Amino acid sequence: MVKKVITGNAASANGARLSRPKVIAAYPITPQTSIIEKLAMMVSNGELDAKFIKVESEHSAMAACIAAENTGVRTYTASSSHGLALMHELLMWAVGARLPIVMTDVNRAMGPPWSIWADQQDSIAQRDTGWMQFYVASNQEALDTIIQAYKVAETVNLPAMSIEDAFILSHTMEAVEIPDQESVDLFLPPYEPKFRLKPGEPMGFGSLVMPEGYMEFRYKISEAMDKARDVIRKVGKEFGETFGREYGLVEEYRTEDAEVVLVIAGTVASTAMEVVDMMREEGKKAGVLRIRSFRPFPYEEVRRVAEQASFIGVFDRSYTGGFGGAIGSEVKAALYNSSDRPPVKNYIAGLGGRDITPDILRKIFEDMFASVKGDMKEVEWVGLKDGSGRW
Amino acid sequence: MSYLDEIPITPIADKSSIANRTGTWRTFRPVIDYEKCTRCMICWKFCPDAAIRLEDGSNYAATSDRIKQMIDKAPVIDYDHCKGCGICANECPVDAIQMVKEE
Amino acid sequence: MVKLTIPEEEYMNPGHVACQGCGATIAMRYLLKGLGEKTIVSIPACCWAVIPGVFPYRTLDVPLLYTAFETTGASISGIRAALDMLGDTETTVVGFAGDGGTADIGLQSLSGAVERGEDVIYVMYDNEAYMNTGIQRSSSTPLGAWTTTTPGGSKKEWKKRPKKSVIEIMIAHDIPYAATLTVAYPEDFIKKVRRAKEVKGPKFLQVLSPCPTGWKSDPAKTVELARLAVQSRVFPLYEFDHGKYRISMKPKQVPVREYLKPQGRFRHLTDEEIEEIQRNTDERWEILLAKEKFTNELYR
Repeated sequence: MVKKVITGNAASANGARLSRPKVIAAYPITPQTSIIEKLAMMVSNGELDAKFIKVESEHSAMAACIAAENTGVRTYTASSSHGLALMHELLMWAVGARLPIVMTDVNRAMGPPWSIWADQQDSIAQRDTGWMQFYVASNQEALDTIIQAYKVAETVNLPAMSIEDAFILSHTMEAVEIPDQESVDLFLPPYEPKFRLKPGEPMGFGSLVMPEGYMEFRYKISEAMDKARDVIRKVGKEFGETFGREYGLVEEYRTEDAEVVLVIAGTVASTAMEVVDMMREEGKKAGVLRIRSFRPFPYEEVRRVAEQASFIGVFDRSYTGGFGGAIGSEVKAALYNSSDRPPVKNYIAGLGGRDITPDILRKIFEDMFASVKGDMKEVEWVGLKDGSGRW
Repeated sequence: MSYLDEIPITPIADKSSIANRTGTWRTFRPVIDYEKCTRCMICWKFCPDAAIRLEDGSNYAATSDRIKQMIDKAPVIDYDHCKGCGICANECPVDAIQMVKEE
Repeated sequence: MVKLTIPEEEYMNPGHVACQGCGATIAMRYLLKGLGEKTIVSIPACCWAVIPGVFPYRTLDVPLLYTAFETTGASISGIRAALDMLGDTETTVVGFAGDGGTADIGLQSLSGAVERGEDVIYVMYDNEAYMNTGIQRSSSTPLGAWTTTTPGGSKKEWKKRPKKSVIEIMIAHDIPYAATLTVAYPEDFIKKVRRAKEVKGPKFLQVLSPCPTGWKSDPAKTVELARLAVQSRVFPLYEFDHGKYRISMKPKQVPVREYLKPQGRFRHLTDEEIEEIQRNTDERWEILLAKEKFTNELYR
């Protein structure tokens, strides 16, 4: 194990390297580029024994990964924003084909307007595909999550993406413990496919199925997604035992006795935790529930935390055209049938990389303390330069 | 075992299509007049359904004894699968194949 | 004793659900006879994605990966990379895609794969339209043809543009081997498939596959039409092998009218239009002859 000060992209590249993918197919897009550049260098130096297919688009990147994974090898790719959007058709394909591909998405806004900065629109837009989705909040977690993602994915046969904020993590240096290859090899054994294209075994993968036969295949996907919750917990615990850092579906910060809890995914959660400490010193009982696994959705943890609190705020770093944000809607959906559910307010903020400062977060928490159900705006955009001076 | 239990997690097709008897599609069936057959195997070559087999020629006539001696296989139509497209009849260089309407 | 001019072994089973007289199935039959058992086939959305039948039935005796429409180039790259990493450099990886999935939506992925020099074979089976979805026009549809999206009508909106030459695009990528093939010449077909198998690097094969349903022709005439296409020089058979053009046969010329006549999709053509097609065909043939001549002189 070696401790280095590296960027989130370097951490992801190392997480990928340590997981020993045999085929990498990737196409450059800001701010993912340094991940694939580092991997290209690792392959060129012999540090990583893999074929790096320098495909001509993200769509082809995912297509090549699907074909390679179906042939029986572990694969990796990375993308962001428009690149991830371009992959959409094949993200769906990878799920139907039940292939445990792992990728990194560097959370970046969609254009127009063109923006290279952090928001969650790109990954949120893929929540319907059936991919498992993990939002990381530190460079260490970026590295750790990729390794765990392979183990989970290969157990349930669903692909997984590790999501890191553009620039905030991807290009910012933090101290990261890089485990040694031997330890990772023990934790993550070589890939053993449940099925593969094998010369001499004539089989067709992905044929046409009539209406009478299709639904059960999709049901099996839902079964896998449900099973994944326990697998993620188990793998996260095992990771803790091996490497000293345990992970779960969520990270709870001072929620046990919190009056208000902010539900939030991504790096902003760590800023929110700092603000919680400040508020606690003032006697205000705030807490943070960081969503790490968004797919599968941690409804059990959300219900448990919500039942203890008096008010829930949900932070969405995307706008999806719905009634409230994506995470907000899922939280409300999880709570709807709970007998003891507090009011939920959705905050939309940070789009296009707009900075979420401790000050803004404090105002959000204050707003949560002040809000009374029935007399509050259900969805509020935070930090808008609308002349109101509100934020 | 229910359908849900039986199927793999993704559609993996492993049963040969030979079980599907596409012979029912026919309107016309090809009939080989073995007395004319020179055993050139052109019909076998061009069949889009691989529905002409090469079988032991001793059970079939040929256009001459010499041919029957020299070439020990004869083309035989697989009526379970032949769709009656007529390519074999059209290509046969000695007009040994007629397309006959199915009853 | 029976002396067959093509391998006897079959790798395609009967019972598939292609139309009667389908040229694309003859193409697949010959392709696999040429490549043998150690082959993996990648098939995108196209007629051949449906031809093997519904799950759980398969018609090929080799493994088959069904893929999304535009991904054949990328998919065969992925299979090849994985096989290489697993230590298998023997198995042939072949993509088998329609003209729509190659010349139009799949062109980028194909270009990417051959530009990277992947050791794969790409077969474009060319029935000259989007046949699987109901005979819509592709860039490979010939000039003047009826399709459901060039249906003529009072404004005479037949296919206005000439056929895009994908093989010439491949040659411009400087690949080691490219060839045109058709189902009327099985021996030539298999010879070219074997040549493709032995060459290292990207290989492209364009197979003219008459489609009775889309060409509005008699199913019995599928092979005959393929033959007429070559004899009329509308679809010349040639190879591009390490920089040299090699025309496979120079048959006695048949007027294009003979080729066009049996096809309902050309029924509306006027004599002037047929003469124009004849002129274009003759011109392209002369150009091909010239290419054969100069490339062979260059590399002497």
